[in-house]
Parts: sequence; structure tokens; C-alpha cells
Amino acid sequence: MKKFINQVDDLLAESLSGFASAHRDIVRLNLDPNYLVRAEKAQNKVALISGGGSGHEPLHSGFVGVGMLDAACPGHVFTSPTPDQMLAAAEAVECGKGVLFIVKNYAGDVMNFEMAAEMLSCEHATVITSDDVAVENSTYTTGRRGVAGTVIVEKVVGSLAETGADLATCKALGERVNRRTASMGVALTSCTVPAAGRPTFDIGADELEMGVGIHGEPGRRREALRCADDIVADLVHAILEDLKPAPGSEALLMVNGFSGTPLMELYLLYHAAEKLLKQRGINITRSLVGDYTTSLEMAGASITLCLLDDEIRRHWDAPVHTAALRWGR
Amino acid sequence: MNTDFILQAAEAVNAAILAHEPEIESLDRAIGDGDHFINMKRGCATVAAMRAELAELSPDAALQKVGMKLLSTIGGASGPLIGSFFIAMGKAGKEAETLPQIAAAFAAGVEAIKLRGKADVGEKTMLDVLIPVAQTFTRLANEGCARDELLRTIKREAEQGVLATRDMIATKGRAAFLGERAVGHIDPGAKSSQVIICAVCDLALV
Repeated sequence: MKKFINQVDDLLAESLSGFASAHRDIVRLNLDPNYLVRAEKAQNKVALISGGGSGHEPLHSGFVGVGMLDAACPGHVFTSPTPDQMLAAAEAVECGKGVLFIVKNYAGDVMNFEMAAEMLSCEHATVITSDDVAVENSTYTTGRRGVAGTVIVEKVVGSLAETGADLATCKALGERVNRRTASMGVALTSCTVPAAGRPTFDIGADELEMGVGIHGEPGRRREALRCADDIVADLVHAILEDLKPAPGSEALLMVNGFSGTPLMELYLLYHAAEKLLKQRGINITRSLVGDYTTSLEMAGASITLCLLDDEIRRHWDAPVHTAALRWGR
Repeated sequence: MNTDFILQAAEAVNAAILAHEPEIESLDRAIGDGDHFINMKRGCATVAAMRAELAELSPDAALQKVGMKLLSTIGGASGPLIGSFFIAMGKAGKEAETLPQIAAAFAAGVEAIKLRGKADVGEKTMLDVLIPVAQTFTRLANEGCARDELLRTIKREAEQGVLATRDMIATKGRAAFLGERAVGHIDPGAKSSQVIICAVCDLALV
């Protein structure tokens, strides 16, 4: 294992501290229990809280700020955060309109947020994201996994919440965006959980894992490396099979890197995916390319398609000011 | 139940989990993602370090305190499941003195895992050890089985439960998607549960 580490046990706290210092104009960090909140507490809105295992940065800490989340709870690497973190974060950001948890669909995350919700005294609701079409069931899930599409849910609901919309309305939009969003990923290499010290899975120099999860969980199949256009065709095909968009549908196309693949290749993937989607009659009017939902140092990428309508597009376009997404202000 | 036994059990469990590191790690790498042992180790070390604060408590309060602590230290899927077990066992174990009462408290803990995880026996999880153990524990205790005989039978039940997961197709928990690919592998969560149960039984048998 070759990583920048002092002591494995200190990695998370040191990384969070660095993140909070680098973005001190946007976030504040609380350690033990670990959570991040906006530098300036918002008022008169539903408090949006997300969280999950670390190792997927900038998800979710990088999306705390005006126009997106009010708080994020980072767990240990690839391990769900715990209810005490969520309760403390909720107490810090709740401002009278209730708390909405946005949770990726993994058994651990769902159970920990569920226990926190049972202990919360304020009004609360939960949106569970499940955009990964690769597999119905995976290492940690009951049902589809929540992956990069979660960023779109957090952005769109984040914008709606800023308008003062109530809890039920925020939850309903989050669930609608989740239903209209589908993703699938592919890995070229494994990743190494720092505390484990060795790669999570073995993969040959000329192999890829089609449909991989963001923790290096297995996907649909192991196969031989092929040209990028062929790989993209498989990903796009699986996504369209799931979403079944009507011809002429308007969509946001996201190409997400797992962190070990250069931007140069991500744009190549975007080029291939957009071309293919245009041929299938999909009108791509919004895009997002970069490392937004990563998997430690894994090489690979995922493609996400979100079917837009006027409301979703308007909230996507609305101003956002976070460490990882900033526009319109 | 007495608090002193709970403290000794915490140390015995911590030692047993550490002693089984290679085995649990390799099982988890095969059909999980390799973090199960790290999480169990963190949980066991935390409880072993609670000696002073637990010593003052009644056994049921100590179990509940352990549950709350595990809930905030393990994380992942194991945290809520194992935390719920101890909280529920503590609640059900108020003034539990006799073997049937302790068995009922243990069974209440296992029931809490079933409810939280929405899982049951036969799904290739820790419940394939815990449910048969709870049933056997309750039955033997109510039949008035001798203590040492009961403990030895529970150990055998736990070992059989682990082996049974080898041929199961997972429908819940970490190995669920692997489907056929997980057949032939023992479930790491079932293994760590068996290690813990055997460590506690061995302590009681001495």
C-alpha cells in the first residue's frame, strides 16, 4: 500500500481537518462526533443532512453549503456513520422546518439513519437514493445501490429547500429525481481501504469490472478490456433499458470519475456517451464531468443520466456554493 | 447475570476476535469488502476499555450501555445490529437471574437483530448462528438442562450454524449480490458471532 498517511487511525480526522481549514469560508467541522455544517447556519428552511462512509470525497462533505446540504456526516472509510453523528448534526442545523436525511441505499447507512430518525424529536423524513442499475442487490444493499446520482438529488433538493419549501415537498422532489436518475460504473483497477492495507479485489491488467459499485463491490461481470466506445455503449444501454426515456427527452449527463482516471479520459467518455444518447433521441442540455463520487484511488468511471423537466432543470441551474460545486453566485 | 461476568466476557471476546483475525479477514475479503474485522476489532476494544464505567452498573444497565456505545463506534451494518442486540438484551434482562430468564433476554436481543436487519435464518448472515443458538439456549434452559451441558450444546449449535452458511445463497447482508459466487464461502458475520458465543461459553465453563 502506497498512500499519504501518518497513522491509519488518524487519517479521517486529519483529512476532515484539512478540508474544513481549506474551506473555512464554507464549512465548520465538529470532531467526535464527526460532522460538517455550513459556516453560516441557514434559517427558515428544511435542514438537509446526508452522510456515508468516507473514501467517496467530495461526497458528501464537499456538497455542504448554500444551495445544497446543511450538514454531512462522514463515517470511517467505506463504513456508514453512526446515529450519534446524525443526531448531533441535526441538532446543529435544524431550524424549525424539520430534517430531511438523504441516504444512499446500503444496509448499514439505511439502518444507522433509521435509528437516528427514531431518536429525533423534530419533524423528519428520509430520501433513499438507488440510482445504480448495475445490480438489484449488492454487497451492502437490499435493492439497488445509491451512487453518483445522489449528487444530483442533493443539488436539486438543496435548491428547493432554499426556497422555504416544506419537508413533504422536499422529500417528494428528492424521490422524483431519484426515480428519473440512473447510473452504472466500470472499474479498471481496485482500491485499497487504508486500514485493510491491500486491494479490495484482484483484477487483471487487461480486465475490467462492468457494473462495479463505489466500494469495489462486484458488478455484473468481469470481462476483457475493450475500446472506450464499446464500454460506454454497454453503460448507456443499461441506463436506457432502465429509464426508458421517450424520444426527445431532455436530460442531464454526468460522467463521474472514481478518482484514479484522468479528466482527459472522463471527457472522452462524455464525448462517446453524448454522441450515443443523441443518436437515441435524447436531448442533453446539462452536464457534469469530474470526480464527484469517488472510490478511494480506483481507476474507472460511472455514467449517470437524469431526465430533466422544468422544475428539476430550474433547481439544477440555481446558485450553489459548496467546496465541490459552485455556480450562479 | 452479574456485571463482573459481563466485564470478563468483554475481555474474553476481545481476545477471541483478535485471535481470529486472519480467518475473519479472509472470509470477508472473499465475499465482503474487507472491513468487517476492522469494525469488530474497534467495537471489541471499545467495550473492553469501558471496564471502569460498567463496573458500577447493574448487569442490565451495563448491557444497555454497551449497546449504546457500540451503536456509536462500530458503524456500517454491524453497528445498528449488534448495538440493538445489547440494548434489547439489557431491557429484557432486568433482574434476570435464572438460566431461563437469561435465555429469554438473549432471545430478545436476537429478535431485535431480526427486526432491525429485516432478516431471518437461511439468508447467510450472523442470524444463522444467533437464531439456532437462541432457540437451543431457551429450550435447554426451560428443560432444566445442566449448565455445563447446556453451554457445550450451545457451542456445537454455533459451530453448526457457521458451517451451514457455506452452502447458502445470500439474500441479505454483505454477500447478497454475489449470489452463486458466494456459495462455498462461510459468512464472516456468522463466523464472528460464533467466535463471540464460544468465547463467552468457554469463560462460563471454566
